[in-house]
Amino acid sequence: MHYLFEPGLLGSGPVRTALLVGAVVAITSGVIGVFTVIRGQSFAGHSLADVATTGGSGAFLVGLNQFWGFLIAGIAAAALMEGIGVQRRRGRDVATGVVLGAALGAAALFLYLDTQQTSTTGASFTVLFGSIFVISPDTVPALIASGIVALVTVAVLARVLLLTSLSADLARARGVHVKIVGIAYLAALAISVSLAAVAIGAVLSTALLIGPAATALRVTRSPVRAMAAAALFGLAATWLGIVLAYDSYYWPPYGHGWPVSFFVVALVLVGYLLSYARRPNRNRVPRSPHEGAECSPA
Amino acid sequence: MRNEAAQELAAARATRPELLALDGIGVRLGGRQVLSDVTFSLRKGEFTGIIGPNGAGKTTLLRVILGLLEPSGGRVLIEGEPLHNKNKAATGYVPQKLVIDPDMPLRARDVVSLGLDGHRLGFSFPSRQRRELIEAALRDVGADGYADARVGELSGGEQQRVLIAHALISHPKLLLLDEPLANLDLKSEQEIVEVLGRLAREQQIAVLLSAHDMNPLLGVMDRIVYVANGRVATGSTDEVVTSEGLTRLYGHHVDVVRVHNRVLVVAGE
Repeated sequence: MHYLFEPGLLGSGPVRTALLVGAVVAITSGVIGVFTVIRGQSFAGHSLADVATTGGSGAFLVGLNQFWGFLIAGIAAAALMEGIGVQRRRGRDVATGVVLGAALGAAALFLYLDTQQTSTTGASFTVLFGSIFVISPDTVPALIASGIVALVTVAVLARVLLLTSLSADLARARGVHVKIVGIAYLAALAISVSLAAVAIGAVLSTALLIGPAATALRVTRSPVRAMAAAALFGLAATWLGIVLAYDSYYWPPYGHGWPVSFFVVALVLVGYLLSYARRPNRNRVPRSPHEGAECSPA
Repeated sequence: MRNEAAQELAAARATRPELLALDGIGVRLGGRQVLSDVTFSLRKGEFTGIIGPNGAGKTTLLRVILGLLEPSGGRVLIEGEPLHNKNKAATGYVPQKLVIDPDMPLRARDVVSLGLDGHRLGFSFPSRQRRELIEAALRDVGADGYADARVGELSGGEQQRVLIAHALISHPKLLLLDEPLANLDLKSEQEIVEVLGRLAREQQIAVLLSAHDMNPLLGVMDRIVYVANGRVATGSTDEVVTSEGLTRLYGHHVDVVRVHNRVLVVAGE
């Protein structure tokens, strides 16, 4: 086992911070990701991540912690998306072609200016691919609080979100304000994407949001179990990714650890593929006896 | 349409209070008058079919009753009162054929559970009482055999049963179903009609469903609301479905042909 867990792993302050923040990020992303997948809003999640890139790189430029940049840009983008109506195909085209293009263009400028300022490529790498080992302990309470806000929002909305995913008309007929619920959910999604952007980078945050949730949906049947499984899968990928990244310090090229994001995303992929190896829980519980008749020629 | 038979029926029905009444409903959509002067009422335990060709406005009519669509004129009354959030709860609704992804993490029992409090904020904790309510609703529609199966993996007929249980669990007085028989094989179609007929009889629920074919419903339907050409004709099937009546409603000649207890409406010369 000590091949995996290098001596001194848990003695390192940055590693402990990384494990803590990683847990918050993985649990938030996993739970919220389940709703993202069943609402068919992976695209919205990815758009938020793209716009967060702009916010993160902008924050770097003005000397603000990048999390706040991710968060502000993410919330603004969520509001904008609701305005454009990304749920509709036309809105989606406009969002992809115009808004995301503009946002990433601005990110390119900000990152260029960041590089000019600091004369390293650190800023680009941190914003795009994360920096879980160099999180300043000062921001940890804010990260945890944000995660809790997002989780509580989704927990309070869980039933309504499920009913709306089943049928928006059904929810409307029962007095649910589908639009307000949608906006509140997008705000929680924006927070979750910002957290994931801090951990594994803005462009990779969608992987942690969607991957564990998609895997969980393949192996569980009830909503509560899907959320728990997604949080667990995300947590496993993140923690194992951190441990492997720490170990990789001794891998070629010696003396430079591999990026955590690579390991996390790779583990998310492996987990998803494994869910195919195991025949998912399509256990058709004994069905009604007249079932068979449906298939036979009448 | 006021003939003697209709008046007799009206007299017989008058002893029972009106559960739902539509009074002169008109609907304009995109500047086009889709429905005008729709007037009919429903009583406890009555089975009513909204019948008409595709695009006649059946779904529109149901949406007005549900309060999802504001009519341009007329009133919808539930137990004599205009629609408001409280009396809306007296209505159970089964929407038109849902496309439920097989990956949707909802078992049949979860869908029914959402019928209890899916519109409220907060969480629901499992309890024995809750479980029993859910299982009773599933039994009522004969769906208890697949309570733990994912709803997206069930057949069309099975999904309909689960959605009916979802609507039933809040003890509605009125059950609205939008084309519940569409895309079902003959056997499931008969079974769903039988379930709905039984609910109307035994639980005294007023059932109002839309269908483009009236034939599967002839055995259970107490009243018909025939929608065509933006208007409706209501009464018993025998009163409404006649060549003269429907010709007047459609505004062009149609023939009503009865073959082996089946009714066919065919466009004439």
